[in-house]
Amino acid sequence: MSAVLTLSSVTKSFGGLAVIDDVSFDIEQGSRSALIGPNGAGKTTIFNLLSGIYEVNGGQMILDGVDITDIPSRDRINFGMSRSFQNIRLMPHLSTVENVMLGQHHLATSFKDIFYPIGFRPKNKWAEQARAALSDAGLDTYSSQVVSELPYGVQKRIEVVRALMSDPKLLLLDEPAAGLNAAETSELQTLLEKVSASGTTLLVVEHDMNFVRNLCQHVVVLNFGRKIFEGTTDEVGKDPQVLEAYLGGDASDVA
Amino acid sequence: MSAYLTGLIVILCLNIIIAYSVFLPAAAGQLNLGAAGFMIIGAYMDAYLNSADDGLGLPMLLSVPAAALFTALIGFLVSFPILRTRGVYMILATFAFAEIVAGIVLNMEVVGGASGFPVSSHAELEDLLPVTIGVVLFGFYLISTRFGLAMRSIHDDESVAILFGVNARHIQVGAFTIGAFLGGLAGALYGHQFDYIEVQNWGILFSIFVLLYVLIGGTQTPWGPLIGALFFTFVPELLRAVGDATGWELIGELRFAVFGAIIVGMMVLRPEGIMTRTFLELLFRKVPQRSPQNPPNNMEGV
Repeated sequence: MSAVLTLSSVTKSFGGLAVIDDVSFDIEQGSRSALIGPNGAGKTTIFNLLSGIYEVNGGQMILDGVDITDIPSRDRINFGMSRSFQNIRLMPHLSTVENVMLGQHHLATSFKDIFYPIGFRPKNKWAEQARAALSDAGLDTYSSQVVSELPYGVQKRIEVVRALMSDPKLLLLDEPAAGLNAAETSELQTLLEKVSASGTTLLVVEHDMNFVRNLCQHVVVLNFGRKIFEGTTDEVGKDPQVLEAYLGGDASDVA
Repeated sequence: MSAYLTGLIVILCLNIIIAYSVFLPAAAGQLNLGAAGFMIIGAYMDAYLNSADDGLGLPMLLSVPAAALFTALIGFLVSFPILRTRGVYMILATFAFAEIVAGIVLNMEVVGGASGFPVSSHAELEDLLPVTIGVVLFGFYLISTRFGLAMRSIHDDESVAILFGVNARHIQVGAFTIGAFLGGLAGALYGHQFDYIEVQNWGILFSIFVLLYVLIGGTQTPWGPLIGALFFTFVPELLRAVGDATGWELIGELRFAVFGAIIVGMMVLRPEGIMTRTFLELLFRKVPQRSPQNPPNNMEGV
């Protein structure tokens, strides 16, 4: 198995504060990995560095053999990576299918693709592909509705479908299960398992440990910007450093 | 058709074209308070090209598109510095652009300076109407393309649009340039309707009105500028008619005060404009199809 994503010694500081401090890890091709840690550990910052919202201060990020460290954020989607967001970042005034079609944007490069009236003529490959993806995810009933009116759980899944439209090798999901109820979480998990089965690598930031245990095999734990653990989902709950980060030090140490 | 009604429809057509000129950048999240600048460039360029005595004497069929293209070129060039600004600063930058254009043209003796410039050829409403319909159809078409999708995505969330590979700068420059083309077109057509142009026609109040049409109409759908222009052209005239019929001075003489109050009311009640996506959905909603998995809930209202 080869690594689809490699971070080596990635460092990021805001002012004098190092929020990501010398973090290195590999994400295996086709794996389902989780990035976890207490609040403020730097999980979302890692995602923002990966998608190019922030620039790194040091280190390297290799995506599928390409060094993306200095590639502008707009072009990174071309190298096979897309993401969802911690707070829903769908376009509120667009319909579901239009939001999903935004995910195809970087694939539409010819003049005809840009100036074809995809909204007027519903029979075109872009709209059909978007509807098929929505239908696969069980969201076809919402296709033509404006997303701002849809339930939260549905919007969360639409974000995943939008991210998938760019046909990514690596899908970054920032707290996909946050705020979902049990039924919505299990619908999301079914969707993500389907995505994973088709060969897409998943990297998930998540606080819901049940969700992580059910979905992922591989876990990276951050605390205060440092990697404190990397291993399987079964081992993570037994690691003393992880327990300390989440639950505080042993009472006997304090006494 | 009475001369009054013809005149009103001419103004409506010009208002619609200039409204789409400001709508296109607005749909991509850019507020343009420089409509007057584009109108002036288009009107003067066209009048100069068209004039047999002082200009080149081109026929309207050539001078109008040439003037619109020239305005588009100016729009393209100024879009680079202007699109570096955001929000209220962009409003100020476009306003400054219009003032600069007015200042330059006022001091150009070749087009008459402050005393204005006569336009040689006259066009009828029958010539203006098809152009207006074409502009409206073009607005609907452009919004329905992927270019339009990218524009609306930038309007909603620019940073996410960029992550999905949208080249925000190209799209914004494109929308601004097409807007400039339509603004120049409106200016050129204005000259051929009224036969005389002067810079004083297009002051800051004009630009504010056009931006208001678009904002009151709504920037989410291509219906917005059409509805906004209809609203702004007809409501003051309706108030005048009601004032004349009832003899109420408040509505007749002070109709612009009443109109202003209506605008304030609309901004409070519908800050996103008259025509929003959700309102459009409500108007054109298909009869909901009930699938076997979702049987109708007969308990409702029991």
